[in-house]
Amino acid sequence: MKVLVPVKRVIDYNVKVRVKADGSGVDLANVKMSMNPFDEIAVEEAIRLKEAGKADEIVVVSIGVKQSQETLRTALAMGADRAILVVAAEDVHTDIEPLAVAKILAKVVEEEKPDIVLAGKQAIDNDMNATGQMLAALLGWSQGTFASELNIEGDNAVVTREVDGGLQTIKVSMPTIVTVDLRLNEPRYASLPNIMKAKKKPLDEKTAADYGVDTAPRLEIVKTEEPAARAAGIIVGSVDELVEKLKEAGAV
Amino acid sequence: MAVLLLAEVNNGELAMDATAKAVTAAKALGDVTVLAAGASAAAAGEAAAKIDGVSKVLVAEDPSLGHRLAESTAALIVSLADDYEHIVAPATTDAKNVMPRVAALLDVMVISDASGVVDANTFERPIYAGNAVQTVKSSDAKKVVTFRTSTFDAAGEGGSASVETVSAADNPGLSEWVEDKVAESDRPELTSAGVVVSGGRGVGSEEDFALIEKLADKLGAAVGASRAAVDSGYAPNDWQVGQTGKVVAPDLYIAVGISGAIQHLAGMKDSKIIVAINKDEEAPIFQVADFGLVADLFEAVPALTEKL
Ligand SMILES: Cc1cc2nc3c(=O)[nH]c(=O)nc-3n(C[C@H](O)[C@H](O)[C@H](O)COP(=O)(O)OP(=O)(O)OC[C@H]3O[C@@H](n4cnc5c(N)ncnc54)[C@H](O)[C@@H]3O)c2cc1C
Repeated sequence: MKVLVPVKRVIDYNVKVRVKADGSGVDLANVKMSMNPFDEIAVEEAIRLKEAGKADEIVVVSIGVKQSQETLRTALAMGADRAILVVAAEDVHTDIEPLAVAKILAKVVEEEKPDIVLAGKQAIDNDMNATGQMLAALLGWSQGTFASELNIEGDNAVVTREVDGGLQTIKVSMPTIVTVDLRLNEPRYASLPNIMKAKKKPLDEKTAADYGVDTAPRLEIVKTEEPAARAAGIIVGSVDELVEKLKEAGAV
Repeated sequence: MAVLLLAEVNNGELAMDATAKAVTAAKALGDVTVLAAGASAAAAGEAAAKIDGVSKVLVAEDPSLGHRLAESTAALIVSLADDYEHIVAPATTDAKNVMPRVAALLDVMVISDASGVVDANTFERPIYAGNAVQTVKSSDAKKVVTFRTSTFDAAGEGGSASVETVSAADNPGLSEWVEDKVAESDRPELTSAGVVVSGGRGVGSEEDFALIEKLADKLGAAVGASRAAVDSGYAPNDWQVGQTGKVVAPDLYIAVGISGAIQHLAGMKDSKIIVAINKDEEAPIFQVADFGLVADLFEAVPALTEKL
């Protein structure tokens, strides 16, 4: 079984985001960038499938700026076999929309013919939660989103999904797209020897044009602003004072 | 201009709060037709017909539409799409599963989790865990949008829309439902509750989460949790509040033993009054709290429960 894992380079989840004063977006120059945390979980799951003897090859792919190479090297150091970089933007501030990403991924899938695509459920920058579902639509494949458990059973994948009401388990026919949630696994760190080895693993470089996909955005970004700030609060000295304040505010 | 709104239907019942909030957002865009789809959906359709501002209800009943499987639900919506310029839904996990699939089948971008409607093509939405709000203008012929329910008031009841039935599209037969694990609870629903009490890693164990639940029950509140509390097994996944959990904006939110990571704040910082109880005075949660109490939760929470 072959697994394809798309990974995205995003601002590190620990970095405090700064909105640019001119409203043009979020400042990404000179900030720490990392692999989208959900994608790390997808890479980890693919490696576990390989370690369990269920997968034999893991291909990782990233679509974005050239620097996404670093993200791919991280995935290779974790244990992926091979990487494809699709350069689709020059400026680190350009975010390729999920629809365009899904179209490029659909072409990669045509070439690579994976049995399963494991993707993060959302990217922590644009918070769209869309690429996996869109890719499934374009390929006419099944989808198992927000997975907290995944079992491959013959020609099917059994996926337990985190949903508003609790957990839902579905069985989807392969090939399929599974998008992963936080509780699927805890991703490993790459060891130093594996980081060294990853430098020699194959990394193919392509462009969006190679796949004939138009990445022009459908959504024009009119402006990006800071959210409304909350008024400063107070520290109360005791439970009694808290109860009093809540009563005064009409909250209880 | 016409809007098709996918109603939130769970096991044949309309989730009134989420659906009525999305109706409020959708009314600004045009004439609203609600689609109630499911293995059984007639009762949900009747309920949706009573929401103010709904002009028509379509009911699609078919076994393939049970459990809101994405493939069959998306196929149904696409089969109806010709008549509408907007296709919208409340941003529930069901809709987040289905709507991007619908958008891609129609070759348009999806606009997820919109928190504001500027005009028929232009929407506001939070990005970077709510650290920024982006205004986006769509150039697509059809707009596929999910609405963040916590930022819209529910439309009232009193309408009497006409109800029609429509048939399901061909079932692509790619997926089947196996089981649901849903905890029954008498507490209010997290996303519509007026008061939410949430516990974090500081609570320390599943047993001690009872402290949080007792306080919640005293206040008639829903119970929430941080990711750390869910990951540690103190609380079920559907209690998680945050960037990747539920987004809530109750009148009162009480955060207990929660540090206030940005991913947690993303799900609760629009609450009207925020109370934080934490033994660490440096905890970032105090920066968004209206009333902060620096205390050991094991003393403060039972005392608070008693005194309220
Ligand atoms: C991609 C991604 C998505 C995420 N999504 C979410 C999300 O949706 N929701 C979410 O909540 N998190 C999310 N997180 C996790 C988030 O970053 C934090 O790790 C998490 O919110 C921490 O939970 P916590 O505050 O309960 O735990 P901690 O940060 O460990 O804080 C525990 C707090 O309890 C206090 N405490 C301990 N003992 C006591 C006591 N006896 N009395 C009083 N106070 C006490 C401590 O002082 C501390 O402040 C996400 C992270 C990532 C990377």
